[in-house]
Amino acid sequence: MILDDFLIRAALGGTGVALAAAPLGCFVVWRRMAYFGDATAHAAILGVALSLVLSTSLFAGVLTAALLMALSVSLLSNRGYAMDTLLGVMAHSALAFGLVAVSFVSGVRLDLMGYLVGDILAVSRTDLAIIWGGALLVLALICRRWPALLTATLNPDLAHAAGLDPRREQLVLTLCLAMVVAVAIKVVGVLLIAALLVIPAAAARPFSRTPERMALIAAAIGVFSANGGLAAAYHLDTPTGPTIVCLATLLFLAANLVGLRRKARGQSRASRL
Amino acid sequence: MPLLSLHGVDVSRRGNPILTGIDLSLAAGEIVTVVGPNGSGKTTLMRVIIGALMPTRGEMTCAPTLSIGYVPQHLHIDPTLPMSVTRFMALPRRYPHDAVRLALEQAGADGLAEQQMASLSGGQFQRVLLARALLGRPQLLILDEANQGLDHRATAAFYRQIERVRRDLGCTVLMVSHELHAVMQASDRVVCLNGHICCQGSPETVADSSAYRDLLGIDEHDAVGFYRHHSLPAEASA
Repeated sequence: MILDDFLIRAALGGTGVALAAAPLGCFVVWRRMAYFGDATAHAAILGVALSLVLSTSLFAGVLTAALLMALSVSLLSNRGYAMDTLLGVMAHSALAFGLVAVSFVSGVRLDLMGYLVGDILAVSRTDLAIIWGGALLVLALICRRWPALLTATLNPDLAHAAGLDPRREQLVLTLCLAMVVAVAIKVVGVLLIAALLVIPAAAARPFSRTPERMALIAAAIGVFSANGGLAAAYHLDTPTGPTIVCLATLLFLAANLVGLRRKARGQSRASRL
Repeated sequence: MPLLSLHGVDVSRRGNPILTGIDLSLAAGEIVTVVGPNGSGKTTLMRVIIGALMPTRGEMTCAPTLSIGYVPQHLHIDPTLPMSVTRFMALPRRYPHDAVRLALEQAGADGLAEQQMASLSGGQFQRVLLARALLGRPQLLILDEANQGLDHRATAAFYRQIERVRRDLGCTVLMVSHELHAVMQASDRVVCLNGHICCQGSPETVADSSAYRDLLGIDEHDAVGFYRHHSLPAEASA
């Protein structure tokens, strides 16, 4: 069967994560939540420890830890703390405590690198089911609430006046973020999840005139990076997760160069008129 | 029956009172302006009315179907968020093409539909915000310091536009300003706010009242001077 091939499974897993991460990543970029995404992702290592202690599934442990982190950060963000300091403390302490906790519980030797940078080639059929289940859930939530999410992102009071509750939209994004972190840990690992969120969205910006277009282009760039990175890693014998992120970054650079050139050309045309 | 009324509304944040004992009602079709110095609770009052803030005490009554068009004090669109005028007009609900064109026309923003929001001038931006607020023909139009970033000429033009909109749509208009004179001429009623309602009435009555003069005592001398010279209120506050 086709899923017997580990490369096919890896490609499918990477594609699923990229599809969910791209539109969510757009909101992360628009709302300036990149560091928030980082903190949530770093908390995932605590989740790994949690799942080892309680011998639950990795997915459940990571989802719980990411959700707790995301909820506590968004709760604190309305209390007037200096946000970047707070996130800096929480992101890195979650990572540090997670690493220490994992070292305590691992009676069996544990490949920590697998959790830090991911191990996409080891994606199993069960993993695939979880990744696609989570990704489709995130996509469905975002599509369904798209206008409300967009209005709340633009301005919370504008959302209020239209009868929407911006706090609910924030909660939806927080849930989606935790879900993406939980399904992406196997693919790119906790250190690089934020990259998968932010980089495709940022690369799509120069080509977008509307938010919808930006989300679609970001998804295309994400999927291309995941599959291209997988192929490149296979041929160059490099670690897969980091290779995916490197390819996405190259696309980001190319997109911005093209965008700059286009803008310059537009300006020179405008000045000639 | 008034369109909306506040009864004894208090708002406090972390124990500090921001608004106390606000009684205010808006009748259908009138233009009401709230004036007051910075920090007098004007924006807080607007946020209570649009439902973004719950009063600590007191209550607000309005028809459950009351539709509100809101022009915020400040709208920053992050440069990473691509947003054309047409797309902005469809947030959060899409309206028929004709309705959008009409709203843009009514707000004096026709011809901007294809532009990016980021490329608009201050005046154009405010007109697009107004156009969006007009979609769905709101019963209540709320403008919170909508003249921010506009020079005096653009401000005057903007308020003329508001009067035209009221005439065309017959909606109630609630405006906020700390630039009194620009707004006052366009209003039926002025409410003078400083944590509580100091006085209210016709623009002339309020301008002559001692409460209003006390509240803006420092500006009074300048204000008189500016009135006399028919000069420019936008500069008086700058």
